[in-house]
Amino acid sequence: MDGNSGFQNPGAKVDGAKHIWPDDDTLIPDWIYTDRSIYDLELEKIFLGRHWNYVGLDCEVPEPGNYFRSYVGPLPVVVTRDMDGEVHVFENRCAHRGVEFCREYRGSADSFICPYHNWTYSLKGDLTAVPFRRGVKGKGGMPSDFDMAERGLRKFHVATRGGVIFATACDDMESIEDYLGPTICEEFDATFDGSEMKLLGVHRNILPSNWKLYQENLKDPYHATLLHTYLTTFGLFVSSNESSVPTDALGRHGGLLSRRSEGRPDVSAEDQENMQAFKKTMELNDPRVLQFFRECDSKWSGSVLTIFPTLTALRQTNILNTRLLVPRGPDEFMMIWTVFGRADDDEEMTRHRLRQNNIFGPAGFLGIEDNEALKFLQDGIRKSLPRDGLALLGDDDEPVDTIITERAIRGMYRYYRNVMGL
Amino acid sequence: MASVMDRTTNALRDARLEIEEFNYAYADTLDRFDVDGWVEYFTEDAFYHVIARDNAESGLPLGLIYCEGRAMMKDRAYALLNTEMFAPRYLHLSITNTRALAIEGDEIHATANYTLIETLVEEPSRVQQVGKYRDIFQRSGDGLLLKERIATYDSVMIDNCLVFPV
Repeated sequence: MDGNSGFQNPGAKVDGAKHIWPDDDTLIPDWIYTDRSIYDLELEKIFLGRHWNYVGLDCEVPEPGNYFRSYVGPLPVVVTRDMDGEVHVFENRCAHRGVEFCREYRGSADSFICPYHNWTYSLKGDLTAVPFRRGVKGKGGMPSDFDMAERGLRKFHVATRGGVIFATACDDMESIEDYLGPTICEEFDATFDGSEMKLLGVHRNILPSNWKLYQENLKDPYHATLLHTYLTTFGLFVSSNESSVPTDALGRHGGLLSRRSEGRPDVSAEDQENMQAFKKTMELNDPRVLQFFRECDSKWSGSVLTIFPTLTALRQTNILNTRLLVPRGPDEFMMIWTVFGRADDDEEMTRHRLRQNNIFGPAGFLGIEDNEALKFLQDGIRKSLPRDGLALLGDDDEPVDTIITERAIRGMYRYYRNVMGL
Repeated sequence: MASVMDRTTNALRDARLEIEEFNYAYADTLDRFDVDGWVEYFTEDAFYHVIARDNAESGLPLGLIYCEGRAMMKDRAYALLNTEMFAPRYLHLSITNTRALAIEGDEIHATANYTLIETLVEEPSRVQQVGKYRDIFQRSGDGLLLKERIATYDSVMIDNCLVFPV
């Protein structure tokens, strides 16, 4: 795409006197999760700013003419593959009166026609037809200087890496590789290794919580063994597993990487005491759910990546998914979970992934708990007298294998403050 | 000929009544959070699948819940009752519009509509899930067991999370 993407600065204003960030990196002010002016500023500084926004996967538009609904931040977009095979991302808002014209989750089309006045757009988002352009009987119609080329849909710049599609409104954006930085890019490439993906399905849920709390949650290894008893009970992750919590140089992206021990988890008596709900004798009736077929070179059997602003990418044993966080106001976001396998999976491997996916998703053993905890968290922040949240654990210069830490949360908010000017 | 048709109609009507009784008991078991008891409604090798309607209609196999066999259901029941953290709630599962479609040997193919209404502390009741069962019942002794229950839900946008099976 050439030139300016046409997204103007919405000019959000934040009341600087009301919003003073505490002069202490371990404190996070409540108002970033609840205040509408902060939310509006995020649109400008983050989602339309110098960031790559994840919008979907190549395997969701496998054929020319395929499309699906997605979002850049809170903004509805359509992701298409044109007849030449190129992927496009443009706003789902007719350039005429603003109708959100694409209403299907996904499909195949050779053009998009706004149902209100039949303005017609190509798979690239260009305006190709306007009815009654010359009016009727020489009366009415478009002004003589109406230029179709100027009236297309606003388009985002698009880049893909390893089958993952990103969009940005920034006209001079760096490459995905540079955006991720070397450490996170290496882990990203381990999950998105360039082999062809096969879409298994999509989960959707609404979470009554601020979108940033989800990124915090996946930058927080402290909660993993405490909230998620399933992990420890069945040995998927325990605090003694070899782990790493890397971040990029700016602190905006992060990873929770872990290597599952062979056999039953080795949990010390002291650790068990700290984890109230640890049940050491549990074996699954159907152990197939936790079987691990090694399928990439990475030493990590579990990899959760948080890619700023709204992507999380998961590779846990043989579960592969992305989660897109779609803000819907300060107190709510939508999650779109896109679950995939590999194109060369045989039928049994596909069934294995489907069985294993019981662990995640909005009815998964971990998904239920994360979604409930974040709802409780937003309830507390939203309803009670404001107070700073604490992110005290660990040190900013600690080794990356420290897991009882909130270092990655502090790192994200240093970046956030900087980009938001707070 | 007419008498054969009458016999088929009568057999399907009897099957529907039997399935209605089955589904009422099934719903009551889940309303009481008795997920161990829920497992008992299935055959040992049963397939239980809760799938979003958009996935089903796009030929995408991902399940919100995907259980191959009673062992996987038992593991889910154990996890829900012993490892899971979730807000307290009341469940109200209604199963309606039951239809017995065909009887093949000791199997009955049937459908029904279902609605799960959840009520959380200090929150108004809300529809958590609305969908359709596509079932295969197997005759077992005096009663029926589910050999397959595919619950396809219209409520694709899940309100936070689905804790208990439907």
